[in-house]
Amino acid sequence: MKANNSLGLIFFPAFDWAISPSHPEREERLLYTQDQLFEEGIADIEGIHFFNPGLAGPADVERVHFAYPDPDSIVTESHYIAAGGVMRALDAVMSGETDKAFAMVRPPGHHAQRVTYGDRGFCIINIEAVGLEYIRQKYPDLRVAIVDTDCHHGDGTQDIYWNDPDTLFISFHQDGRTLYPGTGDMNELGGPGAYGYTLNIPLPPNTGDEGFLHVLDNVVLPVLDDYKPDLIINSAGQDNHYTDPLTNMNFSAQGYALLNEKLNPDVAVLEGGYSIEGALPYVNLGIVLAMAGLDYSGVREPDYYEGKWRQSLRVSRQVEEISDQILKKWKNREKLAAEKFRGRQKVTLPRQVYYDTAGIMESQQQEFKICADCPGLNVIHSANDRGDSLIGIQIPRRACPACQAEGYRLFEETGKMKVKGRFLQDKTGNKYFSA
Amino acid sequence: MILAIDMGGTHIDGVLLRQGVLLKSVKHEVDRADLFNSIWQCLQDLLQGQEKGEITRIHLSTTICTNAIVENKVSRVGVIVQSGPGINWDFDRLGDNLHYLSGSTDHRGIVTDNFRQSDLQTIRASFQDKGVESLAVISKFSPRNPDTEQKIGDFFADDYQEITLGHRLSGKLNFPRRVQTAYLNAAIADSFRSFANSMLTALAEEAITAPVYILKADGGTVDLDTAMQRPVETILSGPAASFVGISALFPPTDKDAVLLDIGGTTTDIFFLAAGLSLFEAAGIEIDGRKTLVRAVYSNSVGLGGDSYVYQDKEEIRIGPERRGPAVAFGGQDLTPTDALVYLGLMGGKYPQKATEALAVFAADMGLDTEACARRIVTIFCDTIRQRIEEILGHINSSPVYTIRDLLQGKQVKPQSIKLIGGPAKALAGPLQEASGLEVSFPENYEIANALGAGLARPTTEISLYANTERRILSIAELDIYQTIDKSFNLAQAEEIALKAVTRAGLAMGLPPDQIEAEIIESSSFNMVRGFMGRERNIRVRAQIKPGLLYDLQEAEQGGRHESQ
Repeated sequence: MKANNSLGLIFFPAFDWAISPSHPEREERLLYTQDQLFEEGIADIEGIHFFNPGLAGPADVERVHFAYPDPDSIVTESHYIAAGGVMRALDAVMSGETDKAFAMVRPPGHHAQRVTYGDRGFCIINIEAVGLEYIRQKYPDLRVAIVDTDCHHGDGTQDIYWNDPDTLFISFHQDGRTLYPGTGDMNELGGPGAYGYTLNIPLPPNTGDEGFLHVLDNVVLPVLDDYKPDLIINSAGQDNHYTDPLTNMNFSAQGYALLNEKLNPDVAVLEGGYSIEGALPYVNLGIVLAMAGLDYSGVREPDYYEGKWRQSLRVSRQVEEISDQILKKWKNREKLAAEKFRGRQKVTLPRQVYYDTAGIMESQQQEFKICADCPGLNVIHSANDRGDSLIGIQIPRRACPACQAEGYRLFEETGKMKVKGRFLQDKTGNKYFSA
Repeated sequence: MILAIDMGGTHIDGVLLRQGVLLKSVKHEVDRADLFNSIWQCLQDLLQGQEKGEITRIHLSTTICTNAIVENKVSRVGVIVQSGPGINWDFDRLGDNLHYLSGSTDHRGIVTDNFRQSDLQTIRASFQDKGVESLAVISKFSPRNPDTEQKIGDFFADDYQEITLGHRLSGKLNFPRRVQTAYLNAAIADSFRSFANSMLTALAEEAITAPVYILKADGGTVDLDTAMQRPVETILSGPAASFVGISALFPPTDKDAVLLDIGGTTTDIFFLAAGLSLFEAAGIEIDGRKTLVRAVYSNSVGLGGDSYVYQDKEEIRIGPERRGPAVAFGGQDLTPTDALVYLGLMGGKYPQKATEALAVFAADMGLDTEACARRIVTIFCDTIRQRIEEILGHINSSPVYTIRDLLQGKQVKPQSIKLIGGPAKALAGPLQEASGLEVSFPENYEIANALGAGLARPTTEISLYANTERRILSIAELDIYQTIDKSFNLAQAEEIALKAVTRAGLAMGLPPDQIEAEIIESSSFNMVRGFMGRERNIRVRAQIKPGLLYDLQEAEQGGRHESQ
């Protein structure tokens, strides 16, 4: 058997690591996936290659996060390795070593935001973003789409690319009114420098295969057609599965595989998914085959039969309605942005961020400067209930000289302020400072 | 006394050993039309003037099974495959008597869908109709639960003598390889059984009662009874014999090393990791079929002493073609051996002819003869060095699954090369220069393979799987399936695995004082299911440590080694 697309598999189950012995993010999580992949003889398919993950380091984290107090103090080895897995996947694809790559790594990363004090939704650092900013060191002009198909809103990835027009972020997820982390409303569309380049598709509980594929065909693919990314990354969480213990959706392994085939991502990254016996072995197998361009028609859960999880008509109508609205927002994004930001100097975004795993409550305020010449300088003021505080300043890629100069001036000024952490990301000069 | 015979493609070698001391060696040409007779002749030569009663073990490395497969002299195999959901592997190559059965078993070993009993009746009729001679039965996840294979096997038990059930061949999870392995096993079972029976009859006639062991591809031996059950394990034992033989010819070590056997046409490359053999990750490949047969990790490069040396776009090229012997030994075409002879690094029958051939070639290249000879030797050594580095790169990037292995994983970093073969002595210096590794070679290497066959010890490997939630324990290779209680833990699992592998070793005829059972992989995973208590999923692999029955020793003073 020969893969039609060569595929790099970074399969790293971290069999010696858990958040705690009975935590969903425990040693056992990818055990049955390994059994299934091995028994199916995946490694013997010509064109499928197994790679070990790389190892991300503090410098890779600093490109993305304001990590308090510093990366090494909060990032575990396993999080560094998971991010290193994504780096390896991107390296394989960008260098042409393989056509596609799938980082089947744990723990996940898509809940980790720009500021990180610790573990949030099992994530400490955003592994897709750490990987992407690493590969942008080698390929600075990459235009990238991240499509997050995890059942939970990819709020971390959204936060990181909120104001970056070079990174389109699309998340579909179970409606935030019914599931952690609660965000991901369709009106969350991005900052003033990238309005419309964040798209959220909240889906009603009990959405089935048809609903997901409807969103894909009627929102995601048309948007990608317009955006024309150089690279598509799929945050391939697997908790939309009908057996997942934490969520309420009805997606199947066949559905996941078909979605992947249609989306045709260059790189997929495992995110959540905790039905480790009933879903992951089959969904992962389906995704591997779809990415390799191989027949996945034989992949199904033992208890699945066609029509078992068909969604209700009511759900279908809701999904169609949501899809229409979002596609309209995308098409009208420039007009909407002009209306929203007309006459304003800056946008201020105050919010609370709860770190469920670490038990930290953070209050922050983000300020995005509206700049006619570039995406605009932005600043985060943050404090948490443990008494930590920081100011993070970002000079974005493609920042104009004025925003660059202002960024450095502001960083200088923070020296006089009463905060514990001071950070500057100069993405134009690729320089990172902390004090 | 151990009597050992290694049958290669062209030569058959035999040795007699007493406690690691070589007493006698013989060499014959193989009669490919009558392999049994070739072995028998060699055996009788060895026995000449010896007390038969002193023979304690007979070790054979044979090409019986390999040849049967490569020459397609195999039984007509009926294959019953239960794939269940998953990848649609195409097993068409297994012939006209391949049947896919309904039903499935999942990764937990739960039968999620039963096969239709009536299908077996239909298959039986078809097999009878087509004159099927032996059977292979393979279901997906059978090492987790062999019920389906067992039931099918029972159904056909009265119809066929040779029935191979997939789960008996390996506890490793790899369904397509298990299918191929079971097919091959069923295909050669009859050939091997008749060979074994001829052997036993002939030995009985000679009143030799010593047990017979067969060399396996993993460099261990297996007793004849087990080999009749699993003849597929005896395929491709040649490289294994060579590997064990080379190891035996050098002092024992616990370091990493490269082992090289430089022949006329090819160079075989092996590795020692901390003094022990490395195995192929999943299993060996034969005749384009990937199997689960454990095998010594070996690589063959198309480069040897008699490789053809020619010019291509102003560059010197060597091999992989071999046109004949070296000019220095009566051939027509230039070879690396001729360069070595010219440089005075080895002797030849016709050194003058080698010099002449080399001079002509050098003139063509616009080089002086000596520079040209040196260039050939350098290219030869560089090619080998490069290949070694490539293979090491591959070995050292094998997938790992734990943080510990990723961050502090073992890397194979050889500091030395152990070299055998015709040009070994001549190439030791240049190879040392090219590789930067210390190169050594033994005086007497011709009988390496037979020595390897003779000194190999029985080995076996088992995989234990236990699940306290389902209260089951299995060791597929030994057909052990039993229930356990809820409190079963890793320590108990390791103890059972060690005992089981030890018993298997004893059954295979390993002297009790030689059994070194060891755990090679061991893990216990917490299974958390809802709010019910915590269960364990345990996986342990254990093996009889591969190695030598005896270290090779110098004959005592006055002792004499006969060679014919």
